[in-house]
Amino acid sequence: MSASGFTRRLTALTRKETRQMVRDRSNLIVGLLLPVVLILLFGYGLSFDVRDARVTVVLEDSSPTARDAVAGLEGSAYLAPIWATSMAEAERMIRAGESDAILRVPADFSRRLAAGDGRLQLLLNGVDSNTAASIEGYVNSALAIPSQQQADRTGNKPSGVASIAIVQRMWFNEAGESTWYLVPGLIVLVMTLIGAFLTSLLVAREWERGTLEALFVTPVRPLELVLAKLVPYLVIGAIDLALCLLAARFLFEVPMRGSLPVIVLACLLYLTVSLALGLFISAITRNQFAASQLALLASFMPAMMLSGFVFDLRNVPTIIQVISQFLPATHFMGLIKTLFMAGNNWPDIVRDCSILTLYAIVLIILTRRALRKKLD
Amino acid sequence: MPDIARTIAGILALFRKEMLALVKDPANRALLFMPALLQALLFGYGATYDLTHVPYAVLDQSRGAASGEFLARLDGTGVFERVATLTASSEIAGVIDGGDALLVISIPPDFEARLATGRQAPLQVILDGRNSSTAGAASAYVASIVASHNRSLGNASPVTVVRRSWFNPNLESRWNMMPGLIASLSMLQTLMLAALSVAREREQGTFDQLLVTPLTPLQILIGKALPSILVGLLQSTIIFLIILFWFEIPMNGSVWLLYLGLVGFTTASVGIGLSISAVSLTMQQAMLYTFMLVMPLMLLSGLLTPVRNMPFILQIATYVNPLRFGIDLVRRVYLEGAGLGDVAFDFVPLLAVAAVTLPLAAWLFRNRLA
Repeated sequence: MSASGFTRRLTALTRKETRQMVRDRSNLIVGLLLPVVLILLFGYGLSFDVRDARVTVVLEDSSPTARDAVAGLEGSAYLAPIWATSMAEAERMIRAGESDAILRVPADFSRRLAAGDGRLQLLLNGVDSNTAASIEGYVNSALAIPSQQQADRTGNKPSGVASIAIVQRMWFNEAGESTWYLVPGLIVLVMTLIGAFLTSLLVAREWERGTLEALFVTPVRPLELVLAKLVPYLVIGAIDLALCLLAARFLFEVPMRGSLPVIVLACLLYLTVSLALGLFISAITRNQFAASQLALLASFMPAMMLSGFVFDLRNVPTIIQVISQFLPATHFMGLIKTLFMAGNNWPDIVRDCSILTLYAIVLIILTRRALRKKLD
Repeated sequence: MPDIARTIAGILALFRKEMLALVKDPANRALLFMPALLQALLFGYGATYDLTHVPYAVLDQSRGAASGEFLARLDGTGVFERVATLTASSEIAGVIDGGDALLVISIPPDFEARLATGRQAPLQVILDGRNSSTAGAASAYVASIVASHNRSLGNASPVTVVRRSWFNPNLESRWNMMPGLIASLSMLQTLMLAALSVAREREQGTFDQLLVTPLTPLQILIGKALPSILVGLLQSTIIFLIILFWFEIPMNGSVWLLYLGLVGFTTASVGIGLSISAVSLTMQQAMLYTFMLVMPLMLLSGLLTPVRNMPFILQIATYVNPLRFGIDLVRRVYLEGAGLGDVAFDFVPLLAVAAVTLPLAAWLFRNRLA
């Protein structure tokens, strides 16, 4: 009898929540349109891969030797050299944002090169430190090509000079494409935003309007309330998940080396955690503005900045590493990247999924407690 | 003259009421500065691309003095930390898959013999590419160590490149990220405050009352915009002070120009926020539309990845994004010490956005769409 009452009330409440969700266009815009926009922006818009970096070459020494030394720049796919005659002009271009770096060939270059000590000066605009570091790498390897060719020509006869050569292999992402790790991370972001932006307002709105107190006099139990509020958004999240997976597979051709059921299961688990976290914040703040701010601060921004999404956690100070371990997003981020690019790594799957399950259970219990029928 | 005095008195009255509404609730008061403070500190430490710690494993099949010397050079950087010494190539997958090591250095058995006879000795580097940026940076680091090791073996290249970096001598990514945060962290809240200030009154029905007061739409607009602008500037100031005194990133430009830019940027943000509020019926809608807008604005701003790496069509789209120019302006004034002439162009889109959105909002107050 009580079991059937549970289902009856749950169905009725779920129907009410679903209608409320669908009624307001803004819910659907954020729940369905925003993820599509994010998929496209992350897949096509964001890239760490520097192309056509503008390097101004200042030839203060215009001898053929000097020209040969920097000829490699023209052949580089990553660099777009601009030729200038004076340092003043090159510096103006940097200031005006027309160029990213200056390669200066000093007037005494060929004379010093003959003495075995040719020096080139590379000036970088460090404001964009990441691009600057990439440019330095590209310039160094572009300059090395002619001198390597020279070495090859002479290298047939053993020169007697020992050297180490690097043979490099990058596992999981052979071409080193940033899209491959941004797109799995995007799934984390989309799953987080539904919880942070949509469910975080649900209970707070009812507190503000006083409709929650009205619910107290009905036979509805707190757990039924929590579940009824989760279900419609789980459906939205599942649709978003399907969109993300399809885009990852067919639009961006990110490999899916783990098995699909495991990926879907892990995603749904994290989605539940994210929604429950939003609901919990909503239940304790009782105010829409405070709830949305707290959700943003405690859930969305950390998922974007501190979960290892773009910024690798190996590089951050210990205190930030400790904080990041408390975020469910961090555990899911590691898991989803491994599942996409490396494959089914069972110890990881079991550990991270247990952590996420634990979070889901604890958050639902806490929310249920916060919704106990008690007036202040 | 009394007309102008009356206009200003009207604006001030509304401004005072808005400020009181903003600070009367202690929870709201904390929300005005705590998020900026916490995020500036957290992201200042967390948002970095710089390699500080590379755990690696070694499979040394040569076990000679030459490989030992090379590995000592690697360990000497303070960045590479050896977490495992492997004995067979079958163990490589284990340390990489589990994420214990970012890279494995495999030294072939004939490494020592090849170097001793003056030949080239291959050194295999296996990287975990799950985060391709980190892997790429680590690979470049290994390459530079190998190059300097080769020089010590007497294999000096005739050409050396002497690198100097302007405005950020050690190429620290924090220097790039933090000034960008001055604009981006304050934007979200400024936008939302502006959006909510009208949406709240709409929801509670008091906005209609405001419309029948003697205040003109322009006065309402200014009275509603000013508090949000002030809060935006307050948050920017908090982040600015943290960067300057806590993270000690040197400020090269003029503080006046920085604030002139921030006022322009914040006004544009508030204009967008007020326009959002004018098409929202409830606070919930105002908040959700704000999120809907802020996410693309953040991603297309150059905060995380440079605008120049984006496809051409998206680069064009960034011209209506005030955050792109706000970030550019703050970074250039802060780090490069750029003058008004250098950043004048950044003001054009900012003022254009403000000049469109503010009158639009004023018009929408009376002619609502929603």
